[in-house]
Amino acid sequence: MIQAEAKNINVWYGDFHALKDISMTFEPNTVTALIGPSGCGKSTFLRLFNRMNDLISNFRLEGLITVDGQNIYSKEAKIDEIRKGIGMVFQKPNPFPKSIFENVAYGLRVNGINDRKTIQETVERSLRQAALWDEVKDDLKKSAMSISGGQQQRLCIARALAVQPRLILMDEPASALDPISTAKIEELIFELKKSYTILIVTHNLQQAGRISDYTGFFYLGDMVEHDLTKKIFLNPSNERTQNYITGRFG
Amino acid sequence: MTKKRLIQRIAFITFGLISLMVVGILFAILGFIAIRGIHVVNWEFLTAMPEDGMTKGGIFPAIVGTGCLVLGSIIFAFPIGVLSGIYTNEYLKDSWLKRFIRMMTNNLAGIPSIVFGLFGMALFVNYLKFGDSIIAGSLTLGLLTLPVVIRTTEEALKSVDNTLRLGSYALGATKLQTIRRVVLPVAYPNIITGLILSIGRVSGETAPILFTVAAYFLPKLPSSLSDQVMALPYHLYVLATSGTNMEETRPMAYGTAFVLIAIVLIINTAASLLRRYLNKKVKMD
Repeated sequence: MIQAEAKNINVWYGDFHALKDISMTFEPNTVTALIGPSGCGKSTFLRLFNRMNDLISNFRLEGLITVDGQNIYSKEAKIDEIRKGIGMVFQKPNPFPKSIFENVAYGLRVNGINDRKTIQETVERSLRQAALWDEVKDDLKKSAMSISGGQQQRLCIARALAVQPRLILMDEPASALDPISTAKIEELIFELKKSYTILIVTHNLQQAGRISDYTGFFYLGDMVEHDLTKKIFLNPSNERTQNYITGRFG
Repeated sequence: MTKKRLIQRIAFITFGLISLMVVGILFAILGFIAIRGIHVVNWEFLTAMPEDGMTKGGIFPAIVGTGCLVLGSIIFAFPIGVLSGIYTNEYLKDSWLKRFIRMMTNNLAGIPSIVFGLFGMALFVNYLKFGDSIIAGSLTLGLLTLPVVIRTTEEALKSVDNTLRLGSYALGATKLQTIRRVVLPVAYPNIITGLILSIGRVSGETAPILFTVAAYFLPKLPSSLSDQVMALPYHLYVLATSGTNMEETRPMAYGTAFVLIAIVLIINTAASLLRRYLNKKVKMD
């Protein structure tokens, strides 16, 4: 079974060929780490799945991206509908300057869900799933800016879970956090895998090794190698992968 | 002391002295006006009509007139300016059109205020037949403030962390929802304080009201939008240059200057206090 697929993807920013003929598939309930040196195109690739690149004015795409079999770049696809169905967690925690409760409720409200009971239940469920409920359940009305960076990032994960995404994209979600908060996020990713499919961009190779089932190595716009994480780290087929993994460049 | 430390110290002292000088100039102006004007200012001065060729009485109609003009100009300029700022910053992609609009806004801000005054007279007073009136003066002042309001709004929106917008889009929010629910709640303290600061500027403008509304001597309060009014800056100009008895009106001129400056300072102080309060509030809830 396939949850998401990229088929013969080429991306340009103006004249710059950012991604070159990339095809990958992602199975349900797996974590796939996208690794590679800065500027290799891994973040661009990630952002294809919720059409975030559409915000960049000279972005151009060829190829097919499907999630649950749906072509998300088809003419009929509504961009906000697509984005609602795909959660995204950013590098820097970016909670809205609203209460903790309203942060999680945001995705529901902007999508026209106003039933109080539904919202309350969803907020609690999402915060529990994001392993944040016990820490904030008495402070739901407090500002999201008042909790720690690690908590903020889990709040952003809860916010993404509230709209029941088909796919979760994470763009270096722990790179701005301290080691303890990072460990919590990693544990959380491990838990979320039971219900969700996750793509995660990371610069931290140990992290990729710890949390992912599959790893894709990107280099200068090419997807060099995509395989089981164990295989990539212990016995890569490509010499460039080997060099990157062992820290000879990057 | 090593040479580079010495140079560093000399540089700091120089910069410090120059900054002090700037503050010093400001205090010199304020002090000069205050010393000469403050003894004229009392309750009667603020609340009475001018009398005896403006050598006695007060400046009440000028204060009310300036209040009317400020209010009229912001009612006109704020909605248009804020919406236009939102449009250029949030909706327009980086293109020649955006650069063109920005350039035109900047040019508009650079036009001398007397030109606005003449334009206002030609358009509002004569062509639209509003005559010398509060409405003509307010619209002219509004035009003058418009670029300031647009720039203020744009700067406030620009300072909103873009990752907040992305976070909102990623949850399926539309652009309008994102602006309304995320961007504006973060940006509004800076927009509002910018607007209040522009009020300070409007209240001191003389040239735009010269041919559109300001009355030389009109010791009564306006009763409709088509009335003329006295206004503080123009009244000051009149007192200082064309009174019937210059020696007698001079203290009145300093008093008027003092009141005008005090109003502007109060408005500016209120603006910065409000900004601090609102920004704290945005962070807290």
